[in-house]
Amino acid sequence: MDEPKDPPSLAALDARLRQAQERERRGREGSDTVRTSALGQAMKVGIELVAGVAVGSFIGYLLDYWLGTKPWLMIVFFFLGAAAGMMNVYRVAGGKSFAADRQGTRDTREG
Amino acid sequence: MASPVEQFRLTPLVPIEVGGLDISFTNSAAFMVAGVVVVTAFLTLSMRGGRLVPSRWQSMAELSYEFIAGMVRDNVGREGRQYFPFIFTLFMFILAGNLLGMIPYAYTFTSQIIVTFGLAFVVFVGVTIIGLVRHGTHFFTYFFPDGAPLWMAPLLVPIEVISYLSRPVSLSVRLFANMMAGHTMMKVFGGFTVALALFGVAPLAMIVALTAFEILVAFLQAYVFTVLTCIYLHDAIHLH
Repeated sequence: MDEPKDPPSLAALDARLRQAQERERRGREGSDTVRTSALGQAMKVGIELVAGVAVGSFIGYLLDYWLGTKPWLMIVFFFLGAAAGMMNVYRVAGGKSFAADRQGTRDTREG
Repeated sequence: MASPVEQFRLTPLVPIEVGGLDISFTNSAAFMVAGVVVVTAFLTLSMRGGRLVPSRWQSMAELSYEFIAGMVRDNVGREGRQYFPFIFTLFMFILAGNLLGMIPYAYTFTSQIIVTFGLAFVVFVGVTIIGLVRHGTHFFTYFFPDGAPLWMAPLLVPIEVISYLSRPVSLSVRLFANMMAGHTMMKVFGGFTVALALFGVAPLAMIVALTAFEILVAFLQAYVFTVLTCIYLHDAIHLH
């Protein structure tokens, strides 16, 4: 074991302890473990985009099927799905920036 | 010479039919059982000694435990602790499935979209229920970004809902596509090796590299699936 020569002061230890507790309390914001390789990132982006479009179109198709408005809702939801997919991509690419943004505004308003 | 996608064929081992429904015990199901058995054996046998200074096996079990515990702590926070058993089980099950598939002639059940979608759907429904129970109707503010003007709601809410609903799709497709693509590629290069006879050394070398890569992917995809589950859980608990 590599013990430091002179033990850290209690104040420093206290600060580190508080830091660790803070990290545990806040969870994700404190750390960025969700860092994968560039290839993984690219793969993720593609799937997110396609998933948004696919789910949007599928919802549109189902609504059309039920309401009998054959092509229209599917077209509308295709574009909504594309928007959702792009938003997913933006969130993945920007990491936590968007979520952190929202967190930030929420915190300042509540606090 | 079998086709590269031959390996994904489901073959019923014990044909069972209940009320016109085919619920046969297939090779896929057999490997799921094998995965559960392997994980259970690994964790119980390695921890049987319970030594203070861990043996190699015990150290591996502790490592996997601490890896997921750290992941839950970092991504979900303190409240995530009660969901640890589920997340740990999820990780070990997917990892076992991915790694068992690396054994020649074994069946990779995570290369089936219905299996990964089943897992992702359980996560999705569970996370949604947790969010609803914790926040009640306040949960629905999740679908409207803070600070956006109210007249944008008809546009933003459907987009956010679709984005939320696309989670299980992207979660399941990611795992399934990675496993299926990797195993197909290995089979294709395997076919080259046979077809090229003496010159098959080149694709053979490629397979060696691919095998290492696939083992990496097996770990990585199990990790990604669990990390995303943690992030969704975090969102449900903390809202945004």
